[in-house]
Amino acid sequence: MTSGNPWAIEAQGLTKLFGPRPALLGVDLRVPRGAFLSVFGPNGAGKSTLIRSLATIMRPTAGKVMLEGLDAARHGGEVRRLLGVVTHQTLLYPDLTAQENLEFYARMYDVPRRRERIAYLADLVGLEGRLDQVVGTLSRGLQQRVALARALLHDPPILLLDEPETGLDPQAQGMLGDLLRRVDGQERTVVMATHSLERGLELGDRLAILVRGRLAYESTKEALNLEALRSTYRHLAAAGE
Amino acid sequence: MRGFWGKALAIAWKDILAEARTKDMVLSMLVFSILVIIVFNFAFESSAEQTAQVAPGVLWVTFTFAGVLGMNRSFVQEKDRGCLEGLMLCPLDRGVIYTGKMLGNFIFMLLVEVIVLPVFSILFNLPLFAPRLVLITVLATLAFSTAGTLFAAIAVNTRARDFMLPILFIPVVVPVIIAAVQASGLALAPGPGEGYWSWLQLIVVFVVIFLAVSFLVFEYVLEE
Repeated sequence: MTSGNPWAIEAQGLTKLFGPRPALLGVDLRVPRGAFLSVFGPNGAGKSTLIRSLATIMRPTAGKVMLEGLDAARHGGEVRRLLGVVTHQTLLYPDLTAQENLEFYARMYDVPRRRERIAYLADLVGLEGRLDQVVGTLSRGLQQRVALARALLHDPPILLLDEPETGLDPQAQGMLGDLLRRVDGQERTVVMATHSLERGLELGDRLAILVRGRLAYESTKEALNLEALRSTYRHLAAAGE
Repeated sequence: MRGFWGKALAIAWKDILAEARTKDMVLSMLVFSILVIIVFNFAFESSAEQTAQVAPGVLWVTFTFAGVLGMNRSFVQEKDRGCLEGLMLCPLDRGVIYTGKMLGNFIFMLLVEVIVLPVFSILFNLPLFAPRLVLITVLATLAFSTAGTLFAAIAVNTRARDFMLPILFIPVVVPVIIAAVQASGLALAPGPGEGYWSWLQLIVVFVVIFLAVSFLVFEYVLEE
């Protein structure tokens, strides 16, 4: 990590083309260490592509991603160690138990004292007594809790969330919000792509709106209330159509 | 190096554990293999001499298509559940993922072959315990796994993934199929089996080449 660099995440001119169709077009983004950035945008705006590019799953067509001062293209392994990722897919093996899934990923991340760490996280996300259950038999909400525990196994300084509330009922969404607030320690940087303006405004301290692959708006939470955010979002989304 | 193998074995073990619970892949490979061998057995009502000539070909056609079936499923399951992204997010050399998946495929194929070989030897009236047949089976299966794992990872990212793997895989493994058929014929025939070791060497060279190629390109295959 670079101590003099205040930015946990820097994207410069990030562009991703799928054939001739641009999913991201010259996105410049800087997220200070410890910030919680909520990214909004209509369907196809490039939110998932942005998260996937930051997560190093997707190779950008042009541009650069720096995480904690490290170039993601050149230091993939080191950069991935800094990241925890939660998406609408749980990334869990449905035929393995929650414990087996977490132990497998803990091994992949070289987590020391795996059993203690898993027990601590199970307690944090409310999975006590559920660790021996096969993941495929857990409710969607519980699976998402296991997914969050998986993302936090190696205590990453950066958390990337791609619509983590998709498919969750309102109660489970509320619980996930509570969990995110609980794990959002002072030094953890979070980027969350979401359709929910309310949830994004509630959790985030910085806001961004993507429209047709471009970063159309960026602001701090203080500058906007929910009504102003809705109005700005509607205006930008309509202009992008 | 210990970390590399530890993690690759953990990936393979995870596949074995999941398969032990569902038995999806091994069961479909097994049923397919036994059906094919039975069909061929009925199709060729021939003399003992002709059977000895045809049997190695039947065996390796069966193993090739059963392997395609299994290797395709191993990546499709991983992809459809989003687990491949989970693996890609781990701070691993992509070679670890390749090796783990390849070992898993190798073990599943070998398991099916261990059950199918006695059925084959009974139906075709051929000797079961031929050490040279066992050796060629293990080596050719390793060759199939090294190439098949790479092509399965390519095929899973395509729209026509169900039939893309055989289209990509089978033309490439033709040398292994020929070598395995020839060497199996020599292993099952009485006598010293001249030329057996040359066919074996060909398979070893194939394995070495495909391991090297896979380690070089697997990163680009996984990342879109």
